[in-house]
Amino acid sequence: MQISEAWLRELVNPAISSAELVAQLTMAGLEIDSITPVAAEFSGVVVGEVLEMEKHPDADKLRVCKVAVGEAEPLQIVCGASNVRVGLKIPAALCGAVLPGDFKIKKSKLRGVESFGMLCSEKELGLADDAQGLMELAADAPVGINIRDYLQLNDNVLEVDLTPNRADCLSVEGLAREVAVLNTLDWSPVNFANAPVNHQDTLEIKIAAPEACPRYLGRLIKGVNPKAEVPLWMVEKLRRSGQRSLGILVDVTNYVLLELGQPLHAFDAAKLTGAMTVRYGNDGEELALLNDQTIKLDTESLVIADDKQALALAGVMGGSATAVSDSTTNVFLECAFFTPALIAGKARKFGLHTDSSHRFERGVDPFLQHRAIERATQLIVEIAGGSVGVINEVTNTATVPARTPVTLRKQRLAKILSVEFADETVSGIFQRLGMHVETVADGWQVTPPGFRFDIAIEADLIEEVARIVGYNQLPSTRLLLRSELGKAPEATLTLERVQDLLVDKGYQEAITYSFVDEEIQQLIAPNETVVRLQNPISSELSVMRTSLWCGLLRAALYNTNRQQNRVRLFETGLRFINVDGETKQEKMLAGLALGSVNTEQWGEKTRKVDFFDMKADIEALSSLVACQFTYTAAKHPALHPGQSAQITNAAGETVGWMGMLHPTLEKKLGFDHQVFLFELNQDLILQRQVPRFAPLSKFPSVRRDMALIVNENISAQQIIDCIHACNETTIQKVMIFDIYRGQGIETNHKSVAVSLQLQNFTQTLTDSEIDAIFSRVLETLTRTIGAKLRD
Amino acid sequence: MSTTLEETLAQALQAIAAATELNQLDQVRVDYLGKKGFFTLQMKELGALDPEQRRSVGQVINTAKNEFQQQLEQKKTALETVALEQRLANESVDVTLSGRGQAVAGLHPVTMTLRRINKIFASVGFNVVEGPEIEDDYHNFGALNIPAHHPARAMHDTFYFDAHTVLRTHTSPVQIRVMESEKPPLKVIAPGRVYRCDSDLTHSPMFHQVEGFLVDTDVSFSDLKGVIYEFLRAFFEKDIQVRFRPSYFPFTEPSAEVDIECVMCGGAGCRVCSHTGWLEVMGCGMIHPEVFKSVGIDNEQFSGFAFGMGVERLAMLRYGINDLRLFFENDLKFLQQFN
Repeated sequence: MQISEAWLRELVNPAISSAELVAQLTMAGLEIDSITPVAAEFSGVVVGEVLEMEKHPDADKLRVCKVAVGEAEPLQIVCGASNVRVGLKIPAALCGAVLPGDFKIKKSKLRGVESFGMLCSEKELGLADDAQGLMELAADAPVGINIRDYLQLNDNVLEVDLTPNRADCLSVEGLAREVAVLNTLDWSPVNFANAPVNHQDTLEIKIAAPEACPRYLGRLIKGVNPKAEVPLWMVEKLRRSGQRSLGILVDVTNYVLLELGQPLHAFDAAKLTGAMTVRYGNDGEELALLNDQTIKLDTESLVIADDKQALALAGVMGGSATAVSDSTTNVFLECAFFTPALIAGKARKFGLHTDSSHRFERGVDPFLQHRAIERATQLIVEIAGGSVGVINEVTNTATVPARTPVTLRKQRLAKILSVEFADETVSGIFQRLGMHVETVADGWQVTPPGFRFDIAIEADLIEEVARIVGYNQLPSTRLLLRSELGKAPEATLTLERVQDLLVDKGYQEAITYSFVDEEIQQLIAPNETVVRLQNPISSELSVMRTSLWCGLLRAALYNTNRQQNRVRLFETGLRFINVDGETKQEKMLAGLALGSVNTEQWGEKTRKVDFFDMKADIEALSSLVACQFTYTAAKHPALHPGQSAQITNAAGETVGWMGMLHPTLEKKLGFDHQVFLFELNQDLILQRQVPRFAPLSKFPSVRRDMALIVNENISAQQIIDCIHACNETTIQKVMIFDIYRGQGIETNHKSVAVSLQLQNFTQTLTDSEIDAIFSRVLETLTRTIGAKLRD
Repeated sequence: MSTTLEETLAQALQAIAAATELNQLDQVRVDYLGKKGFFTLQMKELGALDPEQRRSVGQVINTAKNEFQQQLEQKKTALETVALEQRLANESVDVTLSGRGQAVAGLHPVTMTLRRINKIFASVGFNVVEGPEIEDDYHNFGALNIPAHHPARAMHDTFYFDAHTVLRTHTSPVQIRVMESEKPPLKVIAPGRVYRCDSDLTHSPMFHQVEGFLVDTDVSFSDLKGVIYEFLRAFFEKDIQVRFRPSYFPFTEPSAEVDIECVMCGGAGCRVCSHTGWLEVMGCGMIHPEVFKSVGIDNEQFSGFAFGMGVERLAMLRYGINDLRLFFENDLKFLQQFN
């Protein structure tokens, strides 16, 4: 909400500077977002009146004027504006005046004619960005008076950012009340005399939704002058609140809304038929609103209707059919109270948000309507004339929000705020806030006023005391935390450790959006059912990721498109998959590598990263948890069919996948590098065995190597598994240390060099024992996988 | 000394002098001292002489042999020194060249910030708890005293999956989940991703928050103030000014916004703090009785406070990052600045 500081100070004027006022309100929970002067700095400008005007003898476009400025003699001022004319009142800058931009006005000669000042436009005074000709002042502007005083330009616009609970401060009066409390000042609400009633005519009011509209006041004012000039003070106050002047009838309703916080609506009475009804809409019923939007109502929309049609969306916006215009002479003024909970969401449903809906949703004082309609009437009649009708009020007392007393216990107040307050301090704060206070045995019973919707429980009262005393005046303690000893679980590894390992292996941590482009997702995981957002920010961020690869691939592309030819990234976070209609949120860890295996360095040949580089990184991860993962060749839609592995743990659960991005995807996504990826389930890689000591053998270990010729389709894992399956307890370790294909090896075969480490726990192995083990193993290998010893 | 011995010694010494390599020198040693070497043979021949002669001739031979051995040792030492120097010269490298191997990367600044926040709170026994990011409407709003159509919901631009399933708009639902399943006393922080349907220069549709809360008997607003003060001073490693401003959150009462003195200008006023000298860094308050009610904690027996902070905001202030969007572009040039 935007409000003029001067307007606020008309109601309560503490002896503090603007900056202090801003700080005070902000620290009381009424945050002032900005304070802006309404006009730039200038001086020496007064209201002038053009008394005489002649053509300049030597310049077609210039006029030589005699201008009254409140001094004994009028001044001769040369002026080039097209709208200058005799009788016009204008801002006149006198000799010695300084206009915005440090522009000094001096006596001068224009084409030989002396000029003793300058007549000004709004632009020249810094009041507007642009102007056509001189600023025209009202005919009754007093000649000679300083223009800053006349236009009240020594003022600031305060931008107040109110939290939803403080609807009571959405008006000048509401803010004035707070300022008075904070400065311990008296203040009086806006004072005016009700306009006398001239006639008894009114419209019938029917309330079909008393729960939503507990109170509705209406009044007919006949014979107003819709074209009456809106007084400068009202135009200026509205302007400083960000409102354009739209004619006297609309301006008055806007003015009362800003002044008292009560939204009103003015209908053109000539366009109404029959009774005014507050009811719910009918399905399919249409309503053309003031903003040229036509909405389709439903049975939840609350409307004001006459006998013919819906006229206005209650508490939100009026309709165009019955809007006041400059031909309206009979006005029906509406001033109602709508129940916040039932008006909430009604505007948003139609994409609307108005000053009116903003206030009704948060709560307008349910006891304010009478005063507000009188204030609006008084202003209309004073400015635009008219014959005032009686107020027709329909109130359903049962649905008017009740203000029930709330008890504040003294001991509770002291406990929560750690301060013992004097009784008078507490009751004084509540009284000044307009609450009714009664002292009871162990504290106070406080009844909030109608305008406070946010005081319902004891904690609310505690906050009020804290707020008015000032949060920063309350003590701050060093909390003596009641602590138990911390835990140090060893059977789970921390994610931090895993992240650190990857960082040390050269993977940079990335954080990508959890929602991704459905197209990329579709390419990577065509078989997953996606979890789709109803209202995505864009189509490129419309589905929840089923794999962290989507984001990593995008991030990698972002970098390769920016001359990075080596990218190593990892990310941790949730993936979202749909399993039997249920959304599962799984913690994942994923990585990506492309480009050279190391950064370019002297003395080493640059080599592209490959499958086994990445596998080594995953093996490093698994060694952290001392778990043996199994890598099985398996197909994944995103991966190269010959370079993809499904990773499983000892329990046979799928830990994740790794491999090379499928060349088709590589091309589709726009990479010109091979890309390697892995993705692992966090829960499965963070489980570890607490280490268990095994006794060491005192006897020497022996290494025996064998070169086996096997068919090309026999995997390394098969060979190793086969040797383990021999159950030779002396075999401590099996390692493949070379693979050879080519000369000397028949086609479709390979030579695999395997080393066995043998050790016995009870004795030194003899050569014959070793030979026996060796031949048993070889025999099994030959029998099971057709291996032959290479000659 | 016989002429032969003299000549031979001279020859031997010459051979030592002529040797330029250790293996040449060793050959000289073998030639004269080996099994069939000159001196060895000479000594053997002594046996054929009578004792008198044997002593005198033996002495002469020994003198010559000693002379030879001494020179041989000297030469050996000299040649070894030369060889070592040569090796050292050959093996010297340009130590200013870079090392080789895998370069170390780094963590994302958001993770760095989260880790520091976690560490500060964990040091006094706060447990780190995570929660789901796809949340139900009840945990994200209802249980936090934000009923449907509450104006506070409009402040959370929510991503929906259906009428009752959302992407969590804050980490506060974790507070509910913990209080539903555990009994006080509770000390928890809940870091994680949160989502708002808003994207511009200063808003990202995804960002990170840390929610923290403490429930115990006799927890007061002054305890909250104390914890926040200490946290912010620990986080910024500076004795910064902190102020508490009344504010409004449906799930706390009293509620406060916390401002710190602007870390960019030290409170003098600059563009970052909109010339106010203060920066809003977190929201906090005493847990609302309605929240306790929804999780079945007795509001009379227990009280508690909760706070929530934006991690990107803290990271921006800590590291001087000036653009929120950088966090999720994952430009290596940005990320590597934090390695």
